[in-house]
Amino acid sequence: MFEKKNDQLLHDHNHDGIDRRGFLKCMAWAGTGAFCIMQGGILKSYSLSRLSQMDKGGMKGELSFVQISDSHMGFNKPANPDVAATLKAAVDKINALPTTPEFMLHTGDISHLSKPEEFDAVNQILKSAKPQDVFYVPGEHDVLNDDGKQFLERYGKGSKGSGWYSFDKKGVHFIGLVNVMNLKAGGLGTLGHDQLEWLEDDVKPLKSSTPIVVFAHIPLWSVYPEWGWGTEDSAQALAYLKKFGSVTVLNGHIHQTLQKVEGKVTFHTAASTAFPQPQPGKADSPGPLKVPAEQLRSVLGITDVNYVQGQQALAVMDSTLS
Amino acid sequence: MSIATLGAILMLGVIGLSVGQKSSTALAQEKPSTVEVKVDNFSFGPASLTVAVGTTVTWTNRDDIPHTVVSTDDAKTFKSKVLDTDQSFSFTFSKAGTYPYFCSIHPKMTGKVIVQ
Repeated sequence: MFEKKNDQLLHDHNHDGIDRRGFLKCMAWAGTGAFCIMQGGILKSYSLSRLSQMDKGGMKGELSFVQISDSHMGFNKPANPDVAATLKAAVDKINALPTTPEFMLHTGDISHLSKPEEFDAVNQILKSAKPQDVFYVPGEHDVLNDDGKQFLERYGKGSKGSGWYSFDKKGVHFIGLVNVMNLKAGGLGTLGHDQLEWLEDDVKPLKSSTPIVVFAHIPLWSVYPEWGWGTEDSAQALAYLKKFGSVTVLNGHIHQTLQKVEGKVTFHTAASTAFPQPQPGKADSPGPLKVPAEQLRSVLGITDVNYVQGQQALAVMDSTLS
Repeated sequence: MSIATLGAILMLGVIGLSVGQKSSTALAQEKPSTVEVKVDNFSFGPASLTVAVGTTVTWTNRDDIPHTVVSTDDAKTFKSKVLDTDQSFSFTFSKAGTYPYFCSIHPKMTGKVIVQ
């Protein structure tokens, strides 16, 4: 198993714990068991064995929530013949966290084929999660056949357009974006003009000290365009967020944890609770990656996020299901 | 023998000729044909296909992930439902032209059918 040594910030010129000199990459690939934690702007990485070994004090904060992603309910091929069981395991993991998260974000691909029984099954499983509030954004698997009508009926209350919305929790502003609609041939994820206009208006009245969390299915940065792992017009969205001192972007879609810090923006992608996918370019295509059955849970996971008021950045920590 | 009966016999003859082939053509046609496109590993194989007018193209998904087949020409000529593993979609090309298409779930997957 990959063991990453302590990997801290090197250039803290403004003494606020954020490296503005350049990129600080913390890669945590599925199956490596490595993860990153960013608290008060200091980025640390550890190899993950057991959650109980973590410094519990370091995980407290004013706001705690969890990101899960890519449950693909309905998938039943060899890469994981029982995605319900692994989603249940993710819920168990969430329920065992030292601080009960206040709510959950699901960054899409809730279902595998947009079937009603698949959405129902996920809802049923999530009923046993301690955090009962769940905020969703759709993945491309959730909007098949009906242009996303069913997704909107189930999860789109209060949202605009194809399901974008924002809300506030303890002074943190959350923005759910949809970048899986109207995909063009040969293209990447797309936000579209209407959503971008809405976003610009939505954040305009906010003070620059407001911490921002943006969540969307397809990565809002260019992970690997060859496989469609990026969003065509995300630069425009990020431009509207330039004034803020802390922006955390949470995505899914690629079924592996990946984190990048670029100035005041932390990008993070979550593991799937269903099946892993290969690292960029390491396979012919980004399809489900088969691993030995006993390793499966070590390549699936959840993400725990903690916000401490006064600290610039949110603490984002991934953990696997085993 | 009436014209109608003669016509019926002719029909039966043509149907007899085309038994065993997937086809919806009727009288006075050449033997219709079906061409397969295999959808696998996030790609269409062959990605570029040239067929004669009247050919039926059948896309079969052999991948372990669902895909769709959606034409991107102005007329939006064809659009499949979501195809899970082993499901198929067929379309008969009755007009000559070039028909680019893609998978609407994974837009990087593109292909085209050239009908001559």
